[in-house]
Amino acid sequence: MISDFDFWVLTLLLGLGTFLIRFSFLGIFGGKEMPEWALLHLRYVGVAVFPAIFMPLVVWPPATDGTVDPIRITAALAALVVGLRVNVIFSIIAGMATFYALRFIF
Amino acid sequence: MTQFTARKAFWRGYIDCAPFVLIVIPYSMLFGVMARDAGLDLFQTMSMTVLVIAGAAQFTALALLQDNAPVFIALLTSLAVNLRMAMYSAALVPHIGHARFSLRALMAYLMVDQAFAVCVKTYEERPDMPPAAKVAYYFGCMMLICPFWYGFSFVGAYVGQAIPASLSLDFALPICFIALTGPLLRSVPHYVAALVSGVSILLFSWVPWNLGIMVAATLAMISGAQTELYLRRRAAKEAA
Repeated sequence: MISDFDFWVLTLLLGLGTFLIRFSFLGIFGGKEMPEWALLHLRYVGVAVFPAIFMPLVVWPPATDGTVDPIRITAALAALVVGLRVNVIFSIIAGMATFYALRFIF
Repeated sequence: MTQFTARKAFWRGYIDCAPFVLIVIPYSMLFGVMARDAGLDLFQTMSMTVLVIAGAAQFTALALLQDNAPVFIALLTSLAVNLRMAMYSAALVPHIGHARFSLRALMAYLMVDQAFAVCVKTYEERPDMPPAAKVAYYFGCMMLICPFWYGFSFVGAYVGQAIPASLSLDFALPICFIALTGPLLRSVPHYVAALVSGVSILLFSWVPWNLGIMVAATLAMISGAQTELYLRRRAAKEAA
């Protein structure tokens, strides 16, 4: 059971902290020019962050207690290949469809 | 240039972000259901969703509260999951940093992964987009995702019945981030950065408090930038 006090302290501080993180650079650097070296690195933010989020979830999924699951890896590859060749919506559909189909078969 | 009026840019953003509703609906419902299962009431569940709007951090906080982790550990671990958004914030400055202070604060509050990825891709493909249209486009993206996030967290929390675990909705999360990455892989340096990110997160999985993501992302950004510089130098040498 989660105590009310713990819940509200955590939620309020997490809300505030998350806002400050999101606002950080937009708040301070708004309207100012960023240096060239910073812009060079910032071009890669998306591709630098997203794989770090999905890789552990694909390779060591919490749902299987971290055991490698060939079905999830195959489905992830399907989503990636379709994402590169076609578009976002078919990438999502291909990933989930492959996942459910393989689970149905095996 | 009519296609760049603010109104049109808003609706283009709205439509460009639409595919992610497919992910946001099950994922936010899952949060609502799990929050109720953990013992939160409807008001608490919705307060967290509205105050934080960050799925991964909300799930982390919930899990740690349930494990009776000390509140400050739960807070730091959940905030670490969100540190990536400081990088988004910086990457958005050249595009929407000109907006007035209050508008920037609102844009910060609404910042979510899907909309960030869609915005940055469009801004880079359309360098001729006027600043006002970029801001409108940003709001178009966020205005689609955020109401669905609130709405379906509510549905999940209200219906309250556990979604059958056999549906494995947890797998929607990695699929979402894979779908976000695909369209961003436009050049060799982008591929290098993504590869370094994916490999280093596995190597640095021992780093405590979810900070491995920041280590992997920093290494990946440096690799992407250095690859770009290397390719530029090589091209310059070949031209000479």
